Amino acid sequence: MIDKCVASLAEAVSGIADGMTLLCSGFGTVGEPVELIEAVVAQGARDLTIVSNNAGTGERGIAMLIREGRVRKVICSYPRSSDPHVFEALYQAGKIELELVPQGTLSERIRAAGAGIGGFYTRVSAGTKLGETKESRELDGALHVLERPIKADVALLKGDRADRWGNVVYRKSARNFNPVMAMAGRLSIIQVREIVALGTLDPEMIHTPGIFIDRVVVA
Amino acid sequence: MTPLSRRQMAWRVAQDVADGAYVNLGIGMPTLVSDYLPEGREIVVHSENGILGMGGAPKPGEEDKDLVNAGKGLTTLVPGGAFFHHNDAFVMIRGGHLDLSIMGAFEVSETGDLANWTTEDPSFSPGVGGAMDLAVGAREVRALMEHTTKDGTPRIRKRCGYPLTAPRCVKRIYTNLAVLDITADGVVVRELVDGLDLPELQALTEPKLTLANDWRRLIAPAL
Repeated sequence: MIDKCVASLAEAVSGIADGMTLLCSGFGTVGEPVELIEAVVAQGARDLTIVSNNAGTGERGIAMLIREGRVRKVICSYPRSSDPHVFEALYQAGKIELELVPQGTLSERIRAAGAGIGGFYTRVSAGTKLGETKESRELDGALHVLERPIKADVALLKGDRADRWGNVVYRKSARNFNPVMAMAGRLSIIQVREIVALGTLDPEMIHTPGIFIDRVVVA
Repeated sequence: MTPLSRRQMAWRVAQDVADGAYVNLGIGMPTLVSDYLPEGREIVVHSENGILGMGGAPKPGEEDKDLVNAGKGLTTLVPGGAFFHHNDAFVMIRGGHLDLSIMGAFEVSETGDLANWTTEDPSFSPGVGGAMDLAVGAREVRALMEHTTKDGTPRIRKRCGYPLTAPRCVKRIYTNLAVLDITADGVVVRELVDGLDLPELQALTEPKLTLANDWRRLIAPAL
């Protein structure tokens, strides 16, 4: 029997160790697994690398993890989302590392990790400051840079509904990075609004098939 | 001479968006363009966070916290719209599927280099978001910006002073004073606001300007 459902947020984040790389979904707070991330705060892992589109909003979720000093490095496209004061204070003090990645390159590097691709060439960032240290080559008459996958230990995700096999449906623009991060995490953990009986979700409408999900928790 | 207001600039940009176009509107002034898309044209607005067919701001009572635009403000979906995940949103951008990207800018060079992601101000962290993807991937990139900085320094430059978003990507520039095209023969002025002549515009612009034979006055409605 396959049952990926776990009873508590604490159980959902068990095994996350110091020094790990965590993919955290969300576009600002939309689709951000705030409760799972705060369970990591309670769990105690530190020296973490966070991969997310932004670097925390307000005081909750990613911002709380950063405020508690658990994050060594953030890999993101845009740290200055609405109310980024927690990240900004540490960044200005030189206490947190930032790797800035164009948003589509961020998404594609995560996908590459999930798809078993060793790297890819893109024109995005070629000829700019963000591309200047990257290996480059001319392809079809245009300069491209080599991008490498972002391999991560854990993906923290947020869905709307799931079943015990880990099939997931998201809601509106809260889908954002969730499906691609689900594919890339070696351990993919999702918080959902509701767990439904197996066979309830329309198989034509499943956004993330259960093979990509390891643990499901209601939050 | 009366420069256009920000809303008039957005109005002018909107007049050039063709029926049937798939278009991405950048954060800031380009977002205003959606308020002035001409009636009778079906234009599909794309948002980098996984929306095609984005509508305007929600009416009171219709707000949905799971439905936001690229600036993370609440938005709506039009009939026929679709949601999809981030990687698909950027496949649309990077794979050349968008007809048009309208972007704000700090500077544009005479060859169409775009600088719009950082001024390297050390007082806050840098952010790039989807700017580089849009500048490289959209089939056509048009920039929307004030013609000069507040102190009168030209924003249309021979070479950009700020770090590039992408080289040689902008084809048309809309400012509060003019509409200009980046062409193989240099920067060509298509439209000038009322009361402005070419030497006056040239004095506010670094590269040499040429006036198109069929240039027109840029007259916007009061908005």
